Amino acid sequence: MAANPMTQFEVYRIGPEIKVGAFDISFTNASLFMVISSLAILIIFNLGSKKNSILPNKIQLLAELSYSFVSKMISDTAGSKAKPYFSFIFSLFMFVLFCNMFGMIPYTFTVTSHIIVTFILAAFIFIGVTVIGFIKHGFGYLKLFVPSGVPIVLLPLIVVIEIISYLSRPISLSVRLFANMMAGHTMMKVFGGFVVSLGIVGGWLPLSFSVALTGLEILVAFLQAYVFAILTCIYLNDALNLHH
Amino acid sequence: MFKNLFLYSLIANFFFTKKIFAAESGGMPQLDPEFWISQIFWLVLTFGVLYIVLSKLILPKISANLELRKSQIQENIEAAEKQRESSEAKLKEFDGIILKSKIEAKNIFKDAREKVIKNINSKKEILDKQIDDEIKKAEVEIDTLRQSASEKISKIAVVTSTEILKKLIGAEVNNSSISAIVDDLVKKNGDKYYGH
Repeated sequence: MAANPMTQFEVYRIGPEIKVGAFDISFTNASLFMVISSLAILIIFNLGSKKNSILPNKIQLLAELSYSFVSKMISDTAGSKAKPYFSFIFSLFMFVLFCNMFGMIPYTFTVTSHIIVTFILAAFIFIGVTVIGFIKHGFGYLKLFVPSGVPIVLLPLIVVIEIISYLSRPISLSVRLFANMMAGHTMMKVFGGFVVSLGIVGGWLPLSFSVALTGLEILVAFLQAYVFAILTCIYLNDALNLHH
Repeated sequence: MFKNLFLYSLIANFFFTKKIFAAESGGMPQLDPEFWISQIFWLVLTFGVLYIVLSKLILPKISANLELRKSQIQENIEAAEKQRESSEAKLKEFDGIILKSKIEAKNIFKDAREKVIKNINSKKEILDKQIDDEIKKAEVEIDTLRQSASEKISKIAVVTSTEILKKLIGAEVNNSSISAIVDDLVKKNGDKYYGH
């Protein structure tokens, strides 16, 4: 019985082993779903931008609504200076959202339930935001760690706390997404396993739980993608509009 | 009750996973670094391709589409506004024309009426004159007729009297004496006969 709730997170090779030097870059099920998600995004948005009619059809409406949704999110949180980073945040939001959503289909693999994937994304954002901050403000960016209006006595403590909180950003960002995805999928698997083990008599209760959890997990899949994107916007805002 | 069930499930899950984990080497597959490099490589590859295609090809198109729609709608609104203004102006113009033509029609009607009345009056005058003339002529004729009638009657009376006398008496009577009698009678009773 494949009831182990953790087996769904296992990565296995699809096709031959590919090695570049010492590194194993074989195509795995994780790679497969990254490719599927990216392709799905590209296909949907390509179809949605192909034809321009004054009255958009459904797929065009979807693409344009997503565009204005992300656009509004960025302008609300990071202001107009964040416009050059729109493409990146849009890709990020869509990638995380589609990976999460594809993970909701039974027997699929959830790319974002792996800490290494979310950590690489978060680390890239962290490094990118820090570099942008230093480019825009020079060493003045370090003022981020010195909040204004703090008593001089408390300042050393506050600065240390600020630095720790700044450095923990990639960890919190990546662990939030990874843990949410993993916990949700594990829980669904556990309840699914209960349905099987309790059988036709007692299986109805966990089944109803499972149904409810599916709805919740779809919500979480969207919400975590949104949170991931909006936190990126907030970090970007710190780097662009230094207001501490 | 649900809470209890949830707790039981968590506990069961805990034992369950623990047992499985015992059988496996790493526990959480996420922490197994075997495929980390592969995942990083494919993430960078797919996300990179996604980002490049979206930012270079697709997003500019969507943005252009949105801009185009916005400007087109704006243009249409402006055009509609313009047309509305022009139609309002035209409506005003039409109203003016209608008012003007109404006044004109009134004037024409008035003129025509006056003309007709004048015409009628002049014709009436002419007719009146003609009628008056005819009446006068007729009166004159009647007068002459009347005047000649008394003589004629006298003559007729003389002739008939002569004839009657001839038949009655059987002898010729002098005309002149009879006419004298008739003249006398006419002078006496002329009014009775002619209604004068």
